[in-house]
Amino acid sequence: MSYVSDIGEFTLLMKSVFSKPEQGKMFRKQIILEIDKIGINSIGIVLIVSSFIGAVVTMQTAYNMSDPLFPDYLVGLSTRDISLLEFSSTVMCLILAGKIGSNIASEIGTMKVTQQVDALEIMGVNSSNYLILPKIIAAVFSFPILSLISMIVSMMGGWIAGMLSGSVSSSQFLYGLRYGFIPYYLYYSLIKVVTYSLIITAISSYYGYRTEGGALEVGKSSTKAVVSSSLFILVFDLLLTSLLL
Amino acid sequence: MIEVKNISKSFRDQKVLKDVSITFEKGKTNLIIGRSGSGKTVLLKSIVGLHEIDEGAIYYDNRNFTQMSIKERKLIRQEIGMVFQGSALFDSATIEENVMFPLNMFTKMSFEEKLERTNFCLKRVEVENKNTLFPSEISGGMQKRVAIARAIALNPKYLFCDEPNSGLDPKTAIVIDKLIREITVEYNITTVVNTHDMNSVMEIGDKVIYINQGQKWWEGSKEQILESDNEELNSFIFASEFFRKLGHKVS
Repeated sequence: MSYVSDIGEFTLLMKSVFSKPEQGKMFRKQIILEIDKIGINSIGIVLIVSSFIGAVVTMQTAYNMSDPLFPDYLVGLSTRDISLLEFSSTVMCLILAGKIGSNIASEIGTMKVTQQVDALEIMGVNSSNYLILPKIIAAVFSFPILSLISMIVSMMGGWIAGMLSGSVSSSQFLYGLRYGFIPYYLYYSLIKVVTYSLIITAISSYYGYRTEGGALEVGKSSTKAVVSSSLFILVFDLLLTSLLL
Repeated sequence: MIEVKNISKSFRDQKVLKDVSITFEKGKTNLIIGRSGSGKTVLLKSIVGLHEIDEGAIYYDNRNFTQMSIKERKLIRQEIGMVFQGSALFDSATIEENVMFPLNMFTKMSFEEKLERTNFCLKRVEVENKNTLFPSEISGGMQKRVAIARAIALNPKYLFCDEPNSGLDPKTAIVIDKLIREITVEYNITTVVNTHDMNSVMEIGDKVIYINQGQKWWEGSKEQILESDNEELNSFIFASEFFRKLGHKVS
């Protein structure tokens, strides 16, 4: 029964979120601020995680393909496909759900318990539209760029690790990166990323928005936002993969 | 003038407001007093529409707020200023941005005009040269003043204050009370203040409404309150030693 009411509340909130903004200038300013918070502030973690995971994937693949029957370029190909198909979309978004999802839920949750949301409502501002829609737009715009950065950096990380460890030669790795490239994989990955960006921002905002009480409840909302976003990302990963591939 | 007519409000099985009728007069500070949990905040939030009432009606200058559409309510809300218990200033915005916010949202003023109005409001509440500071960088009393400045930025017709001096020392509390009173008279607005501070009652209570167990128990002026023979009201007023002694002196 609680799930049914959750779905109802979520639907009503989203209906209010996706309405016409009251002040275009203020709204655009909010979007730019959110792009900075959601997108630009996440570049660091994307660079670090992507380069290390790319390096580890390359080294593990090289280790498992030490049999002379497997050509060396398969290491580059595997690194590319893992990055494109799963890591830079799903895994990266699971990491971003932790960073951005908790941030959104705690920010809105704190505003809720300190009556800042009430203050907006009293002024006649549609608080959900003003607070949530810029976050959704910023995420839909930023996540594909972060994902593309992640793809490039993880492949670079793999290339550098392969060369430094001597597990694969530079030329073989680069040949593998280019070998049998299917551009559709890129579109598939970006479709997933856009879907996940909506999931993370909408679910986290929902949990933040329904926070009532104090600091303890803000923490609980933040946890729920990350757990639910992650679960939905995994479910949609399966759904989209079965539909698109 | 705001008229509250026979309103009731329940949360699940618990009836928090029971058939409450009050008239809040223009140009006066109308104080709602009562113990914690008596229903004061629910009443205030119901009047401004943050809670939907179950029964009754609320009129803002003969305009039935209860029957209004969301769009119509939004217009009324632009005539409302509210000061919250914890100030509710936007953490991520400076003092200037906080006061300028309603002007940015609802006016077509140029930046210079908005800045002029913002500085005027800040000067009115005696917070000057703090424009670039964030709410966390100023004292609680100053935060309350900034909240008042934000509430009056759009020249409201109605001002609501939910426990405006909670957490403040008695001297600062009186300064805030006096400021609310002055603004009420100066702009001839309808002010409703929610408090359980008897100092506020004696300082600014043009009209006092005592709420107990979700019902209007008593109403009158601050002069009448000390002479009331309402037992429940007296047990609230004379809860402290200071007011007991004051009561003896008056009698």
